[in-house]
Amino acid sequence: MNWDVILPLAFFLVLVFLVGIYTSRHIKSGPSFLQDYFLAGRELGGFVLAMTMVATYGSASSFIGGPGAAYQLGLGWVLLAMAQLVTGYFTLAVLGKKFAIVARKINAVTLIDFLKARYDSKWVVILSALSIVIFLFSAMAAQWVGGGRLIESFTGVSYSTALFIFSGSVLVYVIAGGFRAVVITDAIQGVVMVIGTVIILAGTIVAGGGIENIIVELRAENPNLITPFGSDESLTPLFVSSFWILVGVGVVGLPQISVRAMSYRNSKAMHRAMIIGTFVVGFIMLGMHLAGVFGRVILPGIEVPDKVMPLLALEVLPGWLAGIVLAAPLAAVMSTVDSVLLLVSSAIIKDVYINYIKPDADERFVKRLSFGITAVVGLSVFTMAINPPDLLIWLNLFAFGGLEAAFIWPIVMGLYWKRGNANGAIASIVVGVGSYMWLHLNYPNLWGMHTVVMPIVFSFFAYIVGSFTKGDRPQTNTF
Amino acid sequence: MKKGNDWRYRISNKEAIMGTVLAILNFVWWYAFAYGLGGRPVKEYTYILGFPAWFFYSCIVGFIFFTILVFIMVKFFFKEVPFDSDDNDGEGDSR
Repeated sequence: MNWDVILPLAFFLVLVFLVGIYTSRHIKSGPSFLQDYFLAGRELGGFVLAMTMVATYGSASSFIGGPGAAYQLGLGWVLLAMAQLVTGYFTLAVLGKKFAIVARKINAVTLIDFLKARYDSKWVVILSALSIVIFLFSAMAAQWVGGGRLIESFTGVSYSTALFIFSGSVLVYVIAGGFRAVVITDAIQGVVMVIGTVIILAGTIVAGGGIENIIVELRAENPNLITPFGSDESLTPLFVSSFWILVGVGVVGLPQISVRAMSYRNSKAMHRAMIIGTFVVGFIMLGMHLAGVFGRVILPGIEVPDKVMPLLALEVLPGWLAGIVLAAPLAAVMSTVDSVLLLVSSAIIKDVYINYIKPDADERFVKRLSFGITAVVGLSVFTMAINPPDLLIWLNLFAFGGLEAAFIWPIVMGLYWKRGNANGAIASIVVGVGSYMWLHLNYPNLWGMHTVVMPIVFSFFAYIVGSFTKGDRPQTNTF
Repeated sequence: MKKGNDWRYRISNKEAIMGTVLAILNFVWWYAFAYGLGGRPVKEYTYILGFPAWFFYSCIVGFIFFTILVFIMVKFFFKEVPFDSDDNDGEGDSR
């Protein structure tokens, strides 16, 4: 075992763990429990908000899969990754103040609270809760598998032990501390991600003998590596541009991102988060993917793209620094699953149980139920991740694109178009998810674009058409 | 009580439009430099700080430039509004 690498990693896990326990002392009981547990009492400042958005959004793919693809395809993949720069400001600008104000007026704690108040429809709530639970559960399980594999590959322990270490630490801090623990650990994890990016990029440039030298060697190997089109010329402008929808503006539709727009303390916090978030997203995406491309000069011939980052870190850095860098993807995975875990349990407790099963549930009972359901969801993900069933992997394929296609219009049009109504929202969710799955299976990359593009167009029209089928919704001044 | 909305929504609508416009400009900048300069044959590439010029302008300058634009947009054009103050003119709905 390589203790140089393991010690910083273990230190990181313990730190995150302790922060979670510490923040659990802030959880209030009484009427504010739900707001506190699921939204940290709407008290997030700018820095923490920016970091939690970046960390939640930046998943294993930003640190493992993405740099691996950049290693294979060259600078064209870095160009693609930079489409994510907009998520830093676009999501906050669009959801912006209006979402925060409305959420306070209607006392919303979850995205579905907002949809319920806006559309006043049982079907909107049920369909949204179903989409969130099914898709996010699958996405979460896939990330846990990634987390387990990461620990396995650095430490040499067996996969199931690694998964146990990983899920144990995540579960404890999420269950004990709720959203506050999630966002504070996210902030730490975000900082680790930034530091990891700086170190690995610097280490790679030094090991490769400077940028100029690296680019010259890349060009000598295959000139396409330094074009926008990819080493095998597979990256067409249209395909790369369509990622502006999937990983750029479409992110507005992801529930784990939009729920954060309910939690800021004031407009100042939101303003700061936009600036910090844009910088941090851009920096991490540029740095990590560039390191992936440059790694090709230092370690040629890596067959498995997912191993590029770990191997590169171990190659160009001393052991203890590699440990810090390798904590970054672990941080990315943890900060994604913790938010999703809380979101799935909030969908079950708040959106289904309190809305439809027992609206007048006793506060103490809700509190115990929240801890309980979060634990049960977490343990079932753990069970699934030990030996992932095919169905889960299949559903995970649809998770992010499907959620974007489902929610982007009900959220955005619900905020900015008065005539939108429940029929529109239902049509949009059904058409969005349905057409995404159908296209994915039958016509992947239709007309050379990423599959997510057309379903977002279809669900837009479904929303408009649906909204015109029935009379106006009841007039209120809330929205 | 006016039929109209909460005054804060006008500000928020305006800011949502500004964010969208900035995203469109960002896309145009990114696309024009990447495929404008990068679409030429590799032999004709020029290099800045070791990077091919298309990459330097599209990804590196684009990143810095748009971060600065976001800063300017937020500092000078976004307005701070209270989130909580339930306007005392009594709202139409009572939930």
